[in-house]
Amino acid sequence: MPLLEVTGLSKRFGGFVALDGIDLAVAEGERVGLIGPNGSGKSTLVNCICGTLANETGTVRFAGQAVDGLLTHERTRRGMARSFQLPRPFATLTVAENLRVPLLYTVNARPGTRLAAADLDARCDELLALVALAGKARQLPRDLTQVEMRKLELARAMAAEPKLLIADESMAGLSQSEVDDIVNLLIQLNERGITIILIEHIMRAVMKFSQRLVVLVSGKKIADGRPDEVIRDPEVEKAYLGQ
Amino acid sequence: MQTRIFLLIAIAAAAVVFFAARWVGNDYVFFAGYTVLQFIVLATAWNILGGYTGYVNFGSAAFFAMGAYSTVFFHKFFQMPIPVLIVIGGVVSGVVGLGMGYLTLRLRGAFFAIATLALAVVLQTLVVNWDYVGGSRGAYIIRPAEIAWLGPYIQYLFLLMLALVVISLAIARGIERSQLGYGFATIRDDELAAEASGVPTLKLKLIATTISGALMGMAGAPFPYYIGYLQPSSAFGLEYAVNSIAMPMIGGTTSWVGPLIGAILLGSLQQLATVTISSAVNLLIVGLLLVGFVIIAPNGIVGLVQSWIRRSTK
Repeated sequence: MPLLEVTGLSKRFGGFVALDGIDLAVAEGERVGLIGPNGSGKSTLVNCICGTLANETGTVRFAGQAVDGLLTHERTRRGMARSFQLPRPFATLTVAENLRVPLLYTVNARPGTRLAAADLDARCDELLALVALAGKARQLPRDLTQVEMRKLELARAMAAEPKLLIADESMAGLSQSEVDDIVNLLIQLNERGITIILIEHIMRAVMKFSQRLVVLVSGKKIADGRPDEVIRDPEVEKAYLGQ
Repeated sequence: MQTRIFLLIAIAAAAVVFFAARWVGNDYVFFAGYTVLQFIVLATAWNILGGYTGYVNFGSAAFFAMGAYSTVFFHKFFQMPIPVLIVIGGVVSGVVGLGMGYLTLRLRGAFFAIATLALAVVLQTLVVNWDYVGGSRGAYIIRPAEIAWLGPYIQYLFLLMLALVVISLAIARGIERSQLGYGFATIRDDELAAEASGVPTLKLKLIATTISGALMGMAGAPFPYYIGYLQPSSAFGLEYAVNSIAMPMIGGTTSWVGPLIGAILLGSLQQLATVTISSAVNLLIVGLLLVGFVIIAPNGIVGLVQSWIRRSTK
């Protein structure tokens, strides 16, 4: 049984069809890359999966259960986490407090877990160490650099202890070595058993990361398979390079 | 600092205030002080919604008036001690707050603010046309001259409002340091990210509107006894809406100290101006100070002190 199963999902904004009958299944432990030209519906798909937007048709099933109609926070509690394309830290909270929020509201909200204050601090430290932000715990997000901000974004998603992590363009605007940094971090997280969907434009990162590649073009899925095969697909070449 | 210790300190401070006022030995101190205390409660209540979650409420006067009019209603219905009326006023305004939350919290920013303003107008219209509570004529409440164990009745009202100040400050401070406080802050910062982090934003916003509304209603409940004659235009007065926003803004909205400082400062200044210049100059003072602070110190006095400390430690 796949961890995430999207069937026949459509979303339109007025007359514009953003997503058109998307089917997507992601198995547990998989690393999936999702690519597509600008405006092809990648972020809309993420928003529909996470509940930020409501899809008109189709269903999203997560861990065997339909999650349609559930609010975003309810989906997060079930184990779906995301990072945002543009980092959206809680600006008035410190870096450590940013991570505390999902620990308090997601991890502690799950039945059977109740972290004491000391455990919370330990978890925060652990997460900060994982993304190499340990020295910045007491700073405000505005004092962070761009790459640190992206790492905070990922760490906050990770703090919710997700089964599935959706990283929406977490590397845009970063230098090559910073991109490698983040890719290695994501692979490391995957090795801990987290299923990851990576949405990215930087092909080098996508090719290094993905075990499977899905391509969206104007709201339709046009390819899904092994990365080296997918990028040689004539349909994909046409979408990216033109005729 | 533990909540219990905070409560003890707050009660001790309240006792000092009360006995200092008695020591002055002039009832006017209690009349003027009551107003300042009432504004501390209103400003603190406003800040729970406006400062912590970032939803600007322009309808404070409506919640205050709901508290005051529930007292008028129940006073005519059945004689009850004021503390009971305060609780009733709190419940009534809390329910109104919850209802307003349900209706309006899908709105954000300016649209939410406009909706709260509209709520105040709607409720005022209802009260004006409701004959049982006096309609546009207003309603009289004859307060007893004295209360046996304390002395003049105004001292009793002052004491009650002092208790409300302690309660509302304890609630605000408690929220700030709890999980709820973190949740409120995430709503203020970024609702989308808050939801993605598992924060049930709608539920939390409803909690905020309810607590905030209830405290405002509690502040309004003893008001008919204080003023003696309650009419819609005084209960729904512009000064309540303006002051409950201006005081936290001037003091600082991120902590419970801000509204306290802002209300003491602005409230006392207004009382002073009322006596020395005229009562009409009040809102002018508020307006000018608000403009000044928004430009010079957008994070209020607390923010000013914080950044000053940060600079001197660096």
